[in-house]
Amino acid sequence: MYQYNEIDQKLVDERVAQFRRQTERFLKGELSADQFRPLRLRNGLYIQTHAPMLRIAGPYGLLNSTQFRKLAHIARKYDKGYCHFTTRQNIQFNWPKLEEVPDILAELASVQMHAIQTSGNCMRNTTSDHLAGVCLDEIEDPRPYCEIIRQWTTLHPEFDYLPRKFKIAVSGAINDRAATQLHDIGVHIVRNEAGETGFRILAGGGLGRTPMIGHVIRPFLEKKYLLSYLEAILRIYNLYGRRDNKYKARIKILIKETGLEEFTRQVEEEWRLTKESLILTEERINTIKAFFTPPPYDEIADRDESFTQHLQNNPAFATWFKYNTADHKVSGYRAVFLSLKAPDVPPGDMTDAELDAVADLADSYNFGEIRVTHRQNLVFADVKHADLFSLWQKLSELKLATPNVGMVTDIICCPGLDFCSLANAGSIGVAREINQALDDMDYIHDIGELKINMSGCMNGCAHQSVGHIGILGVDKKGTEWYQITLGGSSDNEAAIGERLGPAVAKNEVTKAITTILDVYVKQRLEEESFLAMVKRVGIDPFKEQVYANH
Amino acid sequence: MQIIKDNLIMNDTWRYILDDTGIGEGDVIVSLSILKESGETLLNRKGKLGIRILPDDSVASVAGYLPHLTLVELYFPELADGRLFSHAWLLRNRYHYPGEIRATGDFLPDQVFYLSRVGVNSFHPENTQDLSATLAGLNDFSVNYQPSVN
Repeated sequence: MYQYNEIDQKLVDERVAQFRRQTERFLKGELSADQFRPLRLRNGLYIQTHAPMLRIAGPYGLLNSTQFRKLAHIARKYDKGYCHFTTRQNIQFNWPKLEEVPDILAELASVQMHAIQTSGNCMRNTTSDHLAGVCLDEIEDPRPYCEIIRQWTTLHPEFDYLPRKFKIAVSGAINDRAATQLHDIGVHIVRNEAGETGFRILAGGGLGRTPMIGHVIRPFLEKKYLLSYLEAILRIYNLYGRRDNKYKARIKILIKETGLEEFTRQVEEEWRLTKESLILTEERINTIKAFFTPPPYDEIADRDESFTQHLQNNPAFATWFKYNTADHKVSGYRAVFLSLKAPDVPPGDMTDAELDAVADLADSYNFGEIRVTHRQNLVFADVKHADLFSLWQKLSELKLATPNVGMVTDIICCPGLDFCSLANAGSIGVAREINQALDDMDYIHDIGELKINMSGCMNGCAHQSVGHIGILGVDKKGTEWYQITLGGSSDNEAAIGERLGPAVAKNEVTKAITTILDVYVKQRLEEESFLAMVKRVGIDPFKEQVYANH
Repeated sequence: MQIIKDNLIMNDTWRYILDDTGIGEGDVIVSLSILKESGETLLNRKGKLGIRILPDDSVASVAGYLPHLTLVELYFPELADGRLFSHAWLLRNRYHYPGEIRATGDFLPDQVFYLSRVGVNSFHPENTQDLSATLAGLNDFSVNYQPSVN
């Protein structure tokens, strides 16, 4: 993974010093709340329901064991002993004290981490494929380009005060695991007819109140122009994006109001004028690529036989292997998912003890590396066959081996009304109730791949509009209600879910979900996934049952 | 009146003319509408001429005047409207404007490092009398990741 050089370190250290001065000025009354807000947001700090919330960047989801131990230390010393992983592969602390945040940022800087631009109307953490570099369907590893974009976006002097937040995702594989069509800019690594790799550039996707699928604005971009093209898009957005209404300020609205053709023309014209002045050189790409070389794999890992014996002898291990591991491009290795979705645990939360334990396991089994997925789980990307059984045993002790990755109980969930000042409704409690109602693992596996995404408000942090089943908390005269959508997807065939009908009361959500699942189980064709069935039959069969008694 | 220019706190003699009554003698900064209405008179008078650009204005619309201008003022009506950062970049990079670019209005010491990187070289914040913090802000960072004007 990328290692800071002197410049990187100096930059984060100077950022900590700057924020320490800003915090002191605010506490002394020299900065008003309105003046301090954009400054603290650009350092990941929200003022929340109970306490500030601090969001820390997980650059394209890639962390190491030292960084995990630091997160554990911060959870213990500055928080209430836990943290939360987010859909942007970031980490949130829900109980820091404002006056201690500069100290937390200094602790993070000591392990090459920061909270720069994790909130506010600026370019956010670049996200990517959690299986980058190891998956079978990869055209090229996206991580070097993520790092190049991370550096370019960090403290960009021209684009730090945008009309609204701005999110970039990069995918280097055939199958999009980074929801790139739902980002302000999506970057796909593609190969052209001449066999050269370059980028397909999408713009104008996004979730939130007005979810939209991104549009291809350039089918093929030579690598050397990556940053100049991003710059052109950002300049057009910075100049012409709406600033009069924050709900219409994202680039998706600019593209909608300008028209895709005219917007693309403006970007291309801007780019034509600047493209040669910001060249991404082959040398620079290679320098960054050198940080993402494969780890020293065991060349005879595929000769292990113990693992197939364990698969035969231990059904629980076999089940976990089937659902929580993925193919690896190197023979004898698997990518392993650590499920942060055990029953009774808030989705995506980890305690300090778990963070430390996972750091130790990463050192023992995974070259010291840990990845965060956008579904709020973790990945050990490079585990050899011979280690799988003992890793499973240890993860089971930690309750991180629930075999439900990609299943109906692998719910994406925001912190909701329990923590977030924006939320209209609770989400963690509802997720727990759904999880408790679905306590039969065989039934869960029979349902197969089904993604439930649940957000406590319109801002859609948990991407409910692209959940196969989406649940959105809304406030109706002071009580919590939930709108259900079906058929959303963030994969290659990205789609926005269709609303099932009127919102349901809090105590009816779980019943509605189990009813939907029953309809699916009864009416599906052989081997038909939930999403495929919704596409085939539409929402009516589900609607009839869910609202049958109303 | 004191401002920061080229990393120094100094006295300043420019006057901001917000309407067309009594432009008078000396160095003046006028709005784009005044410049368009009385351009000829303004260009022929003694004294240096500057123009105020607002976030809504386009840099392209003042490009023709740039050879006659000694100063371009970027006025922030509200806290650090991001468009002015692109305006400054365009003035320097696209139109190769060599004169003074001055930030005025509602911005904080915390934004002057970015402003100086996109080509602003003088600062006259309206929300503080104490320019030392603004001056110090120019040195918030000693490194950067991407090219800009500076």
